[in-house]
Amino acid sequence: MAIDREQILHVAHLARLELRDDELERLGMQLNDIIDAVSKVSELDLSDVPPTSHPLDVVNVWAADEPRPCLTVEEALANAPEREGDYFRVPPGGAT
Amino acid sequence: MIDTLRLTAEEATRLVREREISSAELYAAYREAIDARDPELHCYLHVCGDDGGEGVPLAVKDVIGTKGIPTTAGSKILEGYVPVYDATVVERCKANGLRVLGKTNTDEFAMGSSTENSAYGPTRNPWNTSRVPGGSGGGSAAAVAAGLAPWALGSDTGGSIKQPAALCGNVGLRPTYGTVSRYGVVAFASSLDQVGPVARTVRDCALLYSILAGCDPCDSTTVDLPQPVALPERTDLTGVRVGVPVEFTDHEAIEPGVRAAVQAAIELARGLGAEVGECSLPRSLDYGLPCYYLIAPAEASSNLARYDGVRYGYRTANATDRLDMYKRTRDEGFGDEPKRRVLVGTYALSAGYYDAYYGQAQKVRTVLIREHAEAFERFDVLLTPTSPTVAFELGAKTADPIAMYLNDLLTIPSCMAGLPGLNLPAGLSEGLPVGVQLIGPQFSENTLFRVGYALEQAIGFDVVPLPLRGGRPR
Repeated sequence: MAIDREQILHVAHLARLELRDDELERLGMQLNDIIDAVSKVSELDLSDVPPTSHPLDVVNVWAADEPRPCLTVEEALANAPEREGDYFRVPPGGAT
Repeated sequence: MIDTLRLTAEEATRLVREREISSAELYAAYREAIDARDPELHCYLHVCGDDGGEGVPLAVKDVIGTKGIPTTAGSKILEGYVPVYDATVVERCKANGLRVLGKTNTDEFAMGSSTENSAYGPTRNPWNTSRVPGGSGGGSAAAVAAGLAPWALGSDTGGSIKQPAALCGNVGLRPTYGTVSRYGVVAFASSLDQVGPVARTVRDCALLYSILAGCDPCDSTTVDLPQPVALPERTDLTGVRVGVPVEFTDHEAIEPGVRAAVQAAIELARGLGAEVGECSLPRSLDYGLPCYYLIAPAEASSNLARYDGVRYGYRTANATDRLDMYKRTRDEGFGDEPKRRVLVGTYALSAGYYDAYYGQAQKVRTVLIREHAEAFERFDVLLTPTSPTVAFELGAKTADPIAMYLNDLLTIPSCMAGLPGLNLPAGLSEGLPVGVQLIGPQFSENTLFRVGYALEQAIGFDVVPLPLRGGRPR
């Protein structure tokens, strides 16, 4: 099953990637090859097998609801590409 | 004169503790080795100055966050990022008298098997500088092999500790999932990622693991070890049942030289008193790789969503609006491999395809766990090659992502099952190291150390790379 250009653009949008034309061509082709290779998992009939999301048998790990020291505002903003006062500054509009 | 090529971390620890050498002298010896050899090898992305602290130096893979020390994960998108806190593993190392020597090169976001996906250029293999060191942790493995660190931290999602250890001739442990905290570590695929030790001997590896392991309230997937780490001492394998999965030793991708070295290790194990028998893991070999290349990219597509140019890291200079800023930042900041995996993962998780790809892969994962559990009813440990090949030429596989993925054919299945795996150098083929992989049930690290240590003594592998032997100050 081939993934066409329109689908690749849709997936790239979902992944918030602005692919250049040459990338669209190259990565699109590789995406097809990889999906084709990993489709091998569908050969197995696993209707009776439960899925594994986590390899250890650990359940319900709770933390006590107690305040602990955390980053200061200055620390949290230390690596910000752009800040305004105590906020991260971003360009307006267009977001989803 | 301190010979950084041969000094074990255990011995270095003793020398510092008994004040036979100072911390400053030890640090200076590694700095000197780095200054001499790293311009060619490029193991380090950042080397720290001596801050006057005490302790034994440690190299840290650059996906592990270090307070005040740049942490890039081998990506342009994190260029200039300086963490404001230490990863728990770094905290634990510091609390146990270790000092960060520098940050080692890695494939971008630990995605790769050759370290060629690093945005900062590849690392070269100290055994032959036209060859790759493996990956993603090629920087840590090559640094330890070349005497540029006594030991190092790595991270392993599908083979990133074990495979470079095999290609560089050192001992690397991927621990049981959940035994080592990932807090402060750049996340790739969270149901698989593990931090672990890279060392020159099995005892050094066990020592570093004993420092790393343990429950961390900041990583809710962690648990305490059921028993403390035991430094191995016995040189026999009496009563140990060693299983050899036939598919893992007979596969057509395995080079004859690798097969021969692994066969020799099997014979040695038998000679040391182990009960050796064959077993079979057919589905693990056939379906492990495709299963991994659905689950790991799916989780990566979610984990890498945080690199949006808002809070840290790179931001594009020419965005028209916020959505455009996200998209251009990610296009300009990520290299090809993270983009490929984010696309594969997003596709596999998207509406209409989720059950067929991600859901099915999660079921395959259960099959792999069951298949391994069945083998461990009869055996204490499984022995296989770690990598199908010895170190390959730089550039040999960069144009073909699927050929590159095959490097991890033999390391991936046990990672999917959450099992620990140890790489042990077993000999040379074409003048390059061959590694054997020892796999055990969950929490069986002490068994892996015991078997690894006994085999290590019997094999007598010289961990100093051939080009660095002799002619160097001792």
